[in-house]
Amino acid sequence: MTDPSLARRRFLFGASAIGASALVVGCTSNEPAGGSENNAQQVAAGGDNAEPGKEVTIGFSAPAADHGWMAAMTSNAQAQADAFEDVTLNATEGTNDVSQQIAQVETLINSGPDVLVILPFDGKALTSAGQKAMDAGIPVINVDRIFNSPLAYRTWIGGDNYRMGVNAGNYIAEQMKAKNIANPIIGEVAGIDALPLTQERSQGFKDALARNGFQVGPRVSAEFTVESGEEQTANLLQGAAKLDALWNHDDDQGIGVMAAIDAAGRDEFIMVGGAGSRDMMDRIKADNTVIKATVLYSPSMASSAIALARLLGQAKGLGDLAEHEIPASITTYSAVVTKENVDSYMDIGFAS
Amino acid sequence: MSDVGEKSSVDKPGAAPGGPLAGEEPVRTGPTTGVRTPSGLRLDLRLTILTGVLVALCVTGYVLQPDSFLSESNVSTMLRLAAAIGVVSVGMTFVIISGGIDLSVGSMVALSSVWMTTLATQSYGPWVMVLCALVVGLGAGLINGVLIAYGRLVPFIATLAMYASARGLAERLSDGRTQVVEQQGYLDFFRGDLFGIPTLIWMLAVVYVVGWVLLNRTTFGRRTFAIGGNEEAARLAGINVKRHTAMVYGIAGLCCGIAALMVVARTTSGSSTNGMYYELDAIAAVVIGGTLLSGGRGTLIGTLIGGLIFTVVNSIFTQNNLESDIQNIAKGVIIVVAVLLQYGTARNRKT
Repeated sequence: MTDPSLARRRFLFGASAIGASALVVGCTSNEPAGGSENNAQQVAAGGDNAEPGKEVTIGFSAPAADHGWMAAMTSNAQAQADAFEDVTLNATEGTNDVSQQIAQVETLINSGPDVLVILPFDGKALTSAGQKAMDAGIPVINVDRIFNSPLAYRTWIGGDNYRMGVNAGNYIAEQMKAKNIANPIIGEVAGIDALPLTQERSQGFKDALARNGFQVGPRVSAEFTVESGEEQTANLLQGAAKLDALWNHDDDQGIGVMAAIDAAGRDEFIMVGGAGSRDMMDRIKADNTVIKATVLYSPSMASSAIALARLLGQAKGLGDLAEHEIPASITTYSAVVTKENVDSYMDIGFAS
Repeated sequence: MSDVGEKSSVDKPGAAPGGPLAGEEPVRTGPTTGVRTPSGLRLDLRLTILTGVLVALCVTGYVLQPDSFLSESNVSTMLRLAAAIGVVSVGMTFVIISGGIDLSVGSMVALSSVWMTTLATQSYGPWVMVLCALVVGLGAGLINGVLIAYGRLVPFIATLAMYASARGLAERLSDGRTQVVEQQGYLDFFRGDLFGIPTLIWMLAVVYVVGWVLLNRTTFGRRTFAIGGNEEAARLAGINVKRHTAMVYGIAGLCCGIAALMVVARTTSGSSTNGMYYELDAIAAVVIGGTLLSGGRGTLIGTLIGGLIFTVVNSIFTQNNLESDIQNIAKGVIIVVAVLLQYGTARNRKT
């Protein structure tokens, strides 16, 4: 008796389940309607160095592209290599497993590239791998996370976490003085506290504020994720009834920080970001939220690393320097991007 | 049949029939409202102690920050922050009561949050985004359930596999990027208020009420307790244990889909890093709430209070500008103290 209705119910249930699944499976695309926008930074090669030269094969190894900044590092390296017609990039699959990255570097060494570019997941752990390549006569460009020993790399290029904090602190101090705020309450949303890079950024921030007679007020530490950024900032704002300025270490978590500020309906302070994502640059340019600046820690350094590797492979120096050789160490500068100069930095803003 | 129930109610005379613990008498066939012990109206001692811990923490917070701690905006912020973990903990309570464990909840939240915020999903509008999160969560949960119930995998292993692969798929779909929500309608609704109370808090309340009714007032709930208490006995009593187990993991997945809606609303974005460590926070909330890790006994109200305790601790520490490392130490101490207090009372009652 109940059979027909039960069958129909089952059919309807099954059909709607299949329909919903089909709909959902069709929802995995991330291709923007107007075609994808390639924002990969490329080095503007000038002078004789731009001329195609000897063919160079570059081996490349990096951690997994699991957040915006790291994804930009990998895609910048690839885009820069594509831009040179005399460069062949031999990139391995990104991994956060140190032993796997060591194995990848060893495979790259065996394939005999002219130059190796290594962005280690953990600089200390990859030192021996870098050393091995150098011993085999392959120059190594060490990107950002530095090896334990200078013997393990030919050239290091990376960011400056301490100066990132200093520049953020100086910018905020300057703004506070311009507004004639005597005892400003300055908040800080840090990244993972256990990491040396976070400690360096916070130290630089603290030192710069202290030189201006200010100090860090409420401080929380997030985990470089949007969710932790939102949670920590929501709590910070509840604890600080009034803020004058806020520095957020990382633009990846910054989307969450901005969401928390928006939810709390707060706009009495200025905010400074860190790293330099495209999203934050757009907001700085629009100038309709609390974020007024971001201090760079730009993944454009990956583009530069490929350009340096090419020059090394062709035995050329840097055009404008008197040196005949590529320098052994290059530290990128953490410029402060504000509404005034944001247009000239848009090209290196990465998709967070 | 009834002597099974008798035995456990000797163990816990404080349990009010029809209260949150009513379902713990496994495989009871008679009407649930039939038995009423003289002590039936007394509050469960475990829950009283747990509530006491929560109240003590709130008082501490109030004493330290009298101006802001119990203000409307801080209470609403704390509840909003507790919402996503709270909903995940509802699913986790079902799973643990049924004698299982789900390590994949955080990854399922990440996957749902990414899938619902891809440009393709967003192009269909807010309601498809909502449907997408729920279907993806439910689907992932059912895969767990089928692997465990029909594939005979140990829950720990099956959900560990989902833990790894769901987050991997989330990274793949999002290309490691944060997907910002462009659908203003979605943000307006889920970040907004309904009758003066944030939508997220309504959602949390509804999920707990529905979960409570399902666990304590339906056959489904009684079967869940029965399977967790003694799977073989439940099978002999005629319960389709396999199908039921699969459904319980489906519920956990569905809860993750709902939590993804909340996380996406809070952060205005979907990301493969969403839902980090939810499995640990949810298990901690469930255990503090008095649910047996071995299954067969547990309460949703305990889980709710357990989760709130962590949110309140977090808020107190941040508002008083204490370091995050001290906060983590305190969390560990609270887990141990809360569980020890409950064991202490359980032992006292036995003597």
